[in-house]
Amino acid sequence: MGGCDRTFQAHQSGLLQKLLQEDSTYDYDLIVIGGGSGGLACAQEAAILGKKVMVLDFVVPSPQGTSWGLGGTCVNVGCVPKKLMHQAALLGQALNDSRKFGWEYGQQVKHNWETMTEAIQNHISSLNWGHRLSLREKSVDYVNSYGEFVEHHRIKATNRKGQETSYTAAKFVIATGKRPRYLGIQGDKEYCITSDDLFSLPYCPGKTLVVGASYVALECAGVLTGLGLDVTVMVRSVLLRGFDQEMAERVGSYMEQHGVKFLRKFVPVMVQQLEKGSPGKLKVVAKSTKGPETIEGVYNTVLLAIGRDSCTRKMGLDKIGVKINKKTGKIPVNDVEQTNVPYVYAVGDILEGKLELTPVAIQAGKLLARRLFGGSLEKCDYINVPTTVFTPLEYGCCGLSEEKAIEVYKKENLEVYHTFFWPLEWTVAGRDNNTCYAKIICNKFDNYRVIGFHVLGPNAGEVTQGFAAAMKCGLTKQLLDDTIGIHPTCGEVFTTLEITKSSGLDITQKGC
Amino acid sequence: MAVMAMAAALRGPSGRFRWRTQATAGGVRGSARGAAGRQDYNLLVIGGGSGGLACAKEAAQLGMKVAVVDYVEPSPRGTRWGLGGTCVNVGCIPKKLIHQAALLGGMIRDAPHYGWDVAQPVLHDWRKMAEAVQNYVKSLNWGHRVQLQDRKVKYFNIKASFVNEHTICGVTKGGKETLLSAEHIVIATGGRPKYPTHIEGALEYGITSDDIFWLKESPGKTLVVGASYVALECAGFLTGLGLDTTVMMRSIPLRGFDQQMSSLVTEYMASQGTRFLKHCTPSRVQKLPDGQLQVTWEDLTSGRENMGTFSTVLWAIGRIPETRSLNLENAGINTSPNSQKILVDAQEVTSVPHIYAIGDVAEGRPELTPTAIMAGKLLARRLCGQSLDVMDYSNVPTTVFTPLEYGCVGLSEEEAMARHGEEHVEVYHAYYKPLEFTVAERDASQCYIKMVCLRKPPQLVLGLHFLGPNAGEVTQGFALGIKCGASYEQVMRTVGIHPTCAEEVAKLRISKRSGLDPTVTGC
Repeated sequence: MGGCDRTFQAHQSGLLQKLLQEDSTYDYDLIVIGGGSGGLACAQEAAILGKKVMVLDFVVPSPQGTSWGLGGTCVNVGCVPKKLMHQAALLGQALNDSRKFGWEYGQQVKHNWETMTEAIQNHISSLNWGHRLSLREKSVDYVNSYGEFVEHHRIKATNRKGQETSYTAAKFVIATGKRPRYLGIQGDKEYCITSDDLFSLPYCPGKTLVVGASYVALECAGVLTGLGLDVTVMVRSVLLRGFDQEMAERVGSYMEQHGVKFLRKFVPVMVQQLEKGSPGKLKVVAKSTKGPETIEGVYNTVLLAIGRDSCTRKMGLDKIGVKINKKTGKIPVNDVEQTNVPYVYAVGDILEGKLELTPVAIQAGKLLARRLFGGSLEKCDYINVPTTVFTPLEYGCCGLSEEKAIEVYKKENLEVYHTFFWPLEWTVAGRDNNTCYAKIICNKFDNYRVIGFHVLGPNAGEVTQGFAAAMKCGLTKQLLDDTIGIHPTCGEVFTTLEITKSSGLDITQKGC
Repeated sequence: MAVMAMAAALRGPSGRFRWRTQATAGGVRGSARGAAGRQDYNLLVIGGGSGGLACAKEAAQLGMKVAVVDYVEPSPRGTRWGLGGTCVNVGCIPKKLIHQAALLGGMIRDAPHYGWDVAQPVLHDWRKMAEAVQNYVKSLNWGHRVQLQDRKVKYFNIKASFVNEHTICGVTKGGKETLLSAEHIVIATGGRPKYPTHIEGALEYGITSDDIFWLKESPGKTLVVGASYVALECAGFLTGLGLDTTVMMRSIPLRGFDQQMSSLVTEYMASQGTRFLKHCTPSRVQKLPDGQLQVTWEDLTSGRENMGTFSTVLWAIGRIPETRSLNLENAGINTSPNSQKILVDAQEVTSVPHIYAIGDVAEGRPELTPTAIMAGKLLARRLCGQSLDVMDYSNVPTTVFTPLEYGCVGLSEEEAMARHGEEHVEVYHAYYKPLEFTVAERDASQCYIKMVCLRKPPQLVLGLHFLGPNAGEVTQGFALGIKCGASYEQVMRTVGIHPTCAEEVAKLRISKRSGLDPTVTGC
């Protein structure tokens, strides 16, 4: 800023004060509350841009007493341990397949839960450590304390011992994420576990009831079944709400064919301990959602996966006037992740109307830091974000579900192409034909642009990623047809889609 | 089906002329029978492989009267197979299945890290695997037969050679001859492995990829000669199945592919136990009294002669097009003097306007199943007047199924530099660690991604190279992106799918030019 007039002008508008404060008055340029994917990405990017940054992270132990290190949900109780356990289950399947491919070894193959969890937890510890190191390298101050706003620009940090310290900053980013929800019924917090506890559970959970039909519920149920456990999923209404329902039902039916039991239209009303132990024995009473019917079941473990709540209600947001959605606890932000209080921003799972995905939080966090401190104007693009559900048969998608597409574009304006496919590796292994499924949704009046991409099959995540990139570049059906397949892969099926859903033609695969 | 004597064919032009008149009069659909009672077709496809079958089925569906002739000349070892060509019988399909068998071996080793108690010892039974793979291939042979039947394509198991530009003579296994004539003829005979016949004992004692998938017994200690993708894939799965395997190469691995990627591919193979004899060339193969093969080779670096003993010697030194027995000169079809492949234009037309060549037998085409299929389909559509679209042979993605898979699309780094100049090319790269490798304590030193872009914004992507698990699956979608003209910025704006290997492609931040460490750390 130069020149008397402009300085005076800045003084009047308050900008001068703001600039001066940013330089000297506050302890930090930026305090990030929450050391998960989004928070860490934002903090590190800001530090790279030369700012003085602090990250506050504190894991409130779960009702079962589980807590963990730096890195947030993804690293500790989400994507990472989930995918590793999924891999363990896939390896169980691979062991079955391997005999068909000529491998020979003792018939008895048992799974040891402790060996697996120890290996996974060791990897997680190394990631926790990596995050610590990475913050230190970038000179980000890391404080393992619980942060609460006490007044404008000021936060109180309380550590494990109850000691309080206060810090000030010019800008704040809230990235506290979400934690699993409890049912609010008798016995749930005492006896049930959640995904916060499962991945570090010191004993094999045994016969398990998974309550919920979210992707977390189905992924956990899939893993446990794959490891040889007796698993039941209790579903109140639909599977994978928000996802394409045809795909969701296919995910469910594959699980059902592979040993997962489903109790549809029931909700638990009481959990009672029959026996203590590791695991113990729990009695669950559940009520039908359609009538007066109740059922009872005995399980070693009850895992709740009915949803997640934002960690926004106990951090003094009211003290500085940051608005939250009273019902969901989510924070509304504008298109630059700014809350109603201009110096307070938010990223990640707590954002209202945004996607709850690690890579989205990372992208949003990084871009936010670049806009705040790097002069960038680039905004986070929440459109066409790909994701994958790591159920036993993986489900990858990008863009709109068929339902949503119909709602937005009307059925008559869409053409849906689909087919079953049989992965080559499944043939010799003698695995189900006509199970893996590919579907694209095209907008007829926009050059058959692909607005929804859905794949159910092995390595769905690996398959989907590149197509997501292609959708970013305006993928059309014609381009799919013009692209040469890579043979023999699952991904190539998208280059030869011929049958439309509207034609009603048979999509089952015969032989090859 | 009337069978015609050779003599009838030799009647020559008058017969052909008569046929053509009738065919024209009858139009495409109402294809006519020759006055002499001989078979005639709108389209005759020579070669029942990927390209030929695709072309034949498409043409039949569009109303043409179509015949396919296919004949598998037994390999020097006597191996033969059914309908479907190289890919189905001695290529992609059995290759990927045995690759999968080898990968499963790796998974069995991973399993204990993930808590599975696998009792030792773990052994592999080649016989059992081979039988399973061969049964599957036979089911595909059958499937192809059924598909042809369903689409009313006439199939002849005969060996074809041209009599004249509209007629071929087919000979059955029993020596019976058939004459077939057609308005259009597509040559899709593919290629077969090359033998180094100048090497003593090569033909008598060696096998090729034509045989390896049909061996009933394990090949045992194997010497693979060659550095093509066939050589490396075979050596990779043999090593993975626990066999002592050596690759002997005269010069560089995977010629034509990105050379940095190629050396990482072989580096990983070496780390998994494949032996490499580089800059060596075999001079002699002798059979020892115990049945083992003694191979003598020259080390081109030292000039010294060395010797080793193997159970099997597999030649994978290249492929030659199947054009020799076609009597192409009888129809006036020109071939390249160097490659012996058939010269074609952009419409797949040979030097004779109504004769076409697609797939591995055509000069200058990528030797890949999906390109042959697409070329065959597009050709059929053009022949039927359904479309004018010609095949676009640029940006064809492919994957080499070595133990660590290598997927690529677009230009290699060398090619990009050569075309655009080093100063105009930016290469983004990363060494990454697949999440599944961590718990399994696998070494990820060769898991590497490279994106070759134009340097000038918006940095158009010229090539993508991915080395790691499931490379084929990862590459397919990005191939579309490149087809759509993706820029580096667009790929970077794509949100990753966590945790996958493919997401690393969307996170490539380090340019080679920057000299920064491209190792991905953290999550």
